[in-house]
Amino acid sequence: MGQFLQQLINGIQIGSIYALIALGYTIVYGIVGLINFAHADIFMVGAYMGFFLAPVMAKIFGGAFIPTIIAAMFITGVFGFVMEKLAYRPLRYKSRLSALITALGVSLFLENFCALPFVFGPQFRKFPDLIVTKQIVIPGNLGLSIPNVVLLDVGVSIFLMVLLFWFVNRTLMGKQMRAVSSDKSAASLMGINIDIVISTAFIVGAALAGAGGILYGTTYGMLAAPYLGIWPGMKAFIAAVLGGIGNIPGAVLGAYIMGISEAFATSVDSNLGFGIAFAILIVILLARPSGLLGKFIPEKV
Amino acid sequence: MRRLFAIILVCALIVSVGVGCKKAAVTPTDQVVNLGSIFGMTGASSSFGIAEDKGARMAVDEFNAAGGATIGGVKTTINYINEDDTGLPEVGASAVHKLIDQDKVIGIIGAQTSMVSLAIAPVLQSAGIPMISPSSTNEKVTLVGDYIFRSCFLDAFQGRVMANYVWNTLKLKTAAVLYDNANDYNMGIAQIFKTSFEALGGKVVAYEAYTNEATTVDYKPQLTKIKAANPEFLYLPNYYNGVALQLKQARQMGLNAPAGGGDAWDSPDLVTIGGAAVEGAIFTNNFSKDDPSPLVQNFIKSYTTKFGEAPAGVSSLAYDATGLLLDAFKTCGSIKGSDIRDAMKNTTFSGIGGAYKFDENRNPVKSAVIIKIVNGQQTYVTTVNP
Amino acid sequence: MTFLRAHRTAATVIVLVLVYAVIKVLNLVGILNAYYIQLLMLVGINIVMTVSLGMVNGFTGQFSIGSAGFMAVGAYTSAMITTVWLHASTANPWVGYPIFIVALLAGGLLAAAAGYLVGAPSLRLKGDYLAIVTLSASELIRTVIRVTNFLGGPRGLGGIPKFTNLEVVFVFATVSVVLMRNYLFSSHGRSMKAVRDSEIAAEATGVNTTKQKVFVFVFSAFFSGVSGGVFAHLLQFIHPDNFTFAKSLEYLIYLYVGGSASISGAMVGAAIFTVLPELLRSLQTWRMVIYPLILILVMIFRTEGVMGLKEFGFILIPQRQRKEVSA
Repeated sequence: MGQFLQQLINGIQIGSIYALIALGYTIVYGIVGLINFAHADIFMVGAYMGFFLAPVMAKIFGGAFIPTIIAAMFITGVFGFVMEKLAYRPLRYKSRLSALITALGVSLFLENFCALPFVFGPQFRKFPDLIVTKQIVIPGNLGLSIPNVVLLDVGVSIFLMVLLFWFVNRTLMGKQMRAVSSDKSAASLMGINIDIVISTAFIVGAALAGAGGILYGTTYGMLAAPYLGIWPGMKAFIAAVLGGIGNIPGAVLGAYIMGISEAFATSVDSNLGFGIAFAILIVILLARPSGLLGKFIPEKV
Repeated sequence: MRRLFAIILVCALIVSVGVGCKKAAVTPTDQVVNLGSIFGMTGASSSFGIAEDKGARMAVDEFNAAGGATIGGVKTTINYINEDDTGLPEVGASAVHKLIDQDKVIGIIGAQTSMVSLAIAPVLQSAGIPMISPSSTNEKVTLVGDYIFRSCFLDAFQGRVMANYVWNTLKLKTAAVLYDNANDYNMGIAQIFKTSFEALGGKVVAYEAYTNEATTVDYKPQLTKIKAANPEFLYLPNYYNGVALQLKQARQMGLNAPAGGGDAWDSPDLVTIGGAAVEGAIFTNNFSKDDPSPLVQNFIKSYTTKFGEAPAGVSSLAYDATGLLLDAFKTCGSIKGSDIRDAMKNTTFSGIGGAYKFDENRNPVKSAVIIKIVNGQQTYVTTVNP
Repeated sequence: MTFLRAHRTAATVIVLVLVYAVIKVLNLVGILNAYYIQLLMLVGINIVMTVSLGMVNGFTGQFSIGSAGFMAVGAYTSAMITTVWLHASTANPWVGYPIFIVALLAGGLLAAAAGYLVGAPSLRLKGDYLAIVTLSASELIRTVIRVTNFLGGPRGLGGIPKFTNLEVVFVFATVSVVLMRNYLFSSHGRSMKAVRDSEIAAEATGVNTTKQKVFVFVFSAFFSGVSGGVFAHLLQFIHPDNFTFAKSLEYLIYLYVGGSASISGAMVGAAIFTVLPELLRSLQTWRMVIYPLILILVMIFRTEGVMGLKEFGFILIPQRQRKEVSA
């Protein structure tokens, strides 16, 4: 029983980081119908920003975590904005396929550019300790203990998700985003500035990914290479599809299911853990392509 | 007209490849001969490839500074040419053709990964050019033919050494293993450790794997299982970056058994990333920085001065591999592949890793040392002879 | 020129034989050494991979990024046949080469079967999903190979006899391109292009779009599989890491920069990008920075790629279809 609960906790922690990334995928897809392959690399940039900024933040502000995560979110947000403006906006009215390929190109470019020695470099980086790690032992005879980073991950993720929920449902901009997501041309006929809405979507998604990057760095303490975003990104995307791509609560649900499945599958066999994400994808696409919480929208001719 | 242009462009490209790559010596002149190396300078594991390149470079520079070799009465120095295999066998195969056909090298140091070595070895064997790999541990590599050598241990040796040490010296009865099952180096050592340890009477209570450390940062699912099995020793025959995280996460969850690993632990980053978690851990290695012999100390000093960082384990392997080949070259006094090969087979070269002697499969028979991390420093414990 | 135009097929064949002869002579004379020949062989393999990808991505308008997976299936199948199961060797060419050809075809067929397994369920979904499904399928194939010990697993599969040489690649590339070209200009091929241009309209005119897409996908997987076999017998050693999705992405770049809607485009893309890294050996670190940049720029400024819709003369577009594409 103790092991079961421990793996569950592991899974929830993994899922929290996936959730932050998955939200970005789902928001962007909902607004412009694009799978932003480069989103995983924004996550990576966020993590590296933590690496570079943390010492600076510690000096200015004393405590490093909160200023670093805010700064990283700000920087990645700007990144998302620039990316959309330069690479995706020119293709907005061209075929979806071209945008998809461009997204792939942007992703590859970011990864390899950052791997150049004078940018982030290919060597392993120790992520600075933003918090003091402690082990919290749970009383009782189950032998459970949680590192406090788990609580941090889950806490920060949930906080940001609530913030996002408020933003999307209670603010004017959120309403505009929902309108554009529903029907782009009708929204523009209603006087909504599409450009601003799309940019906002990218900025918000990117900022969340940036926060995810900081949490990733804090939890694992090491940045392997600028390719570190690829696998979490892929799993987070599958999680978003699982929950229903374009659906915000769906992304969160999918991410936690993904994280927990991964933890349990890995504990059985690591190859199973590796493949479980793909297995989930295939199952969901065959059984219910619109995702768990998604709606099936028939294509009108 | 466009199609004509495109055809001409492609042809021009193909031709210019050769023109652009003309090196100082198309055929080895009496003054300078080319020595080639193939490492993964970009792509996955490039940090190891870059370190090996540095080690090889240093060996070549020292060789030239010491006067080079005398071939047919003429003083001969080495021009070192490094090619990147980007971690892919087919790029390595193209690189090796370039080095053989365009640059007419007398030998190849490489490759770094067994995967690339297995792709280039057949080419070098049929061309009759000696090859020595500093870090390819897959036993099939040297079995390709008699021109193929290596300067590193076979997996088998390290696993056995550690199993013996844990059982006989540390007197621990149970062990758990965590290894990368997507990498034949980790897998090989893990398997041998398990068989050796169990043959001695020990029990491997957990034998867990993860898939591909390049994509894995979270070892908690496997470590949770290992902890539940309550091992007395934790064997992690993985690369230092993965090990640092594995030990950190293990200690975080209260798994405090003594830990050990293989020569892929040898890097200052093990302590930088792992911090207090790696304290007290042991690993088998090719040489020890504490070794007072002038050869080792000079190597460390020169390397640090030249490159501004301490040498990694693989650097010393590449340094020895290059030194060994060049020593054979000097001894046989010929640029013919078969002569160099014969000299290498009978070598008595002494390098950083000790005295080198090749067995019938051109694998080195040399001692291993056991290193312990004490206060964040690599400290010598003992030497194990083959 | 008019004479040539009138006897286009014959002219093309003659030119092909001439090109081959020239290369062979240059090789014997020593101007083109083994290094160049190796390069040319890789170009040939990449051409077939890229053209076959072009059938799915360019001509049917789908987005598959799993070509490396099918290449792996073909590579491993053919290698197992020649190396482990039937022990063919170059020392005995009269026995060896027929086994090699059988192995290649077996590899292609198995890859085609894999293509069917992947394509049939997923091609009825919206295009974007196909990308992730093909990528997942490719990775799953790799994982299966890696955990299967008799395939070598993470140690790879070596000792593969070197059956691939210039003649083999030449014949293989020519035959493959001819077959694919014939398909594309047949009535089947035209209904495929209809699917690309407007799936709904095609469906309305009675084209069974799903069956069409699956067929092309399987056909393309077959050629990827055979390419994998040729590749394996060139390299003499294969490993799951040869076939990561990074490799699939490379073929994508070759295709889209060259021109996805054109066979010649695929060929040009493959040729240029196979040769370019050799040219730019000093810029290796920048290679994967420059390539995606080229891709992005091409997508933004010249979406149709270098060749656009145009084809080289030797592709021999049938008279009636000449109006859509002209060289």
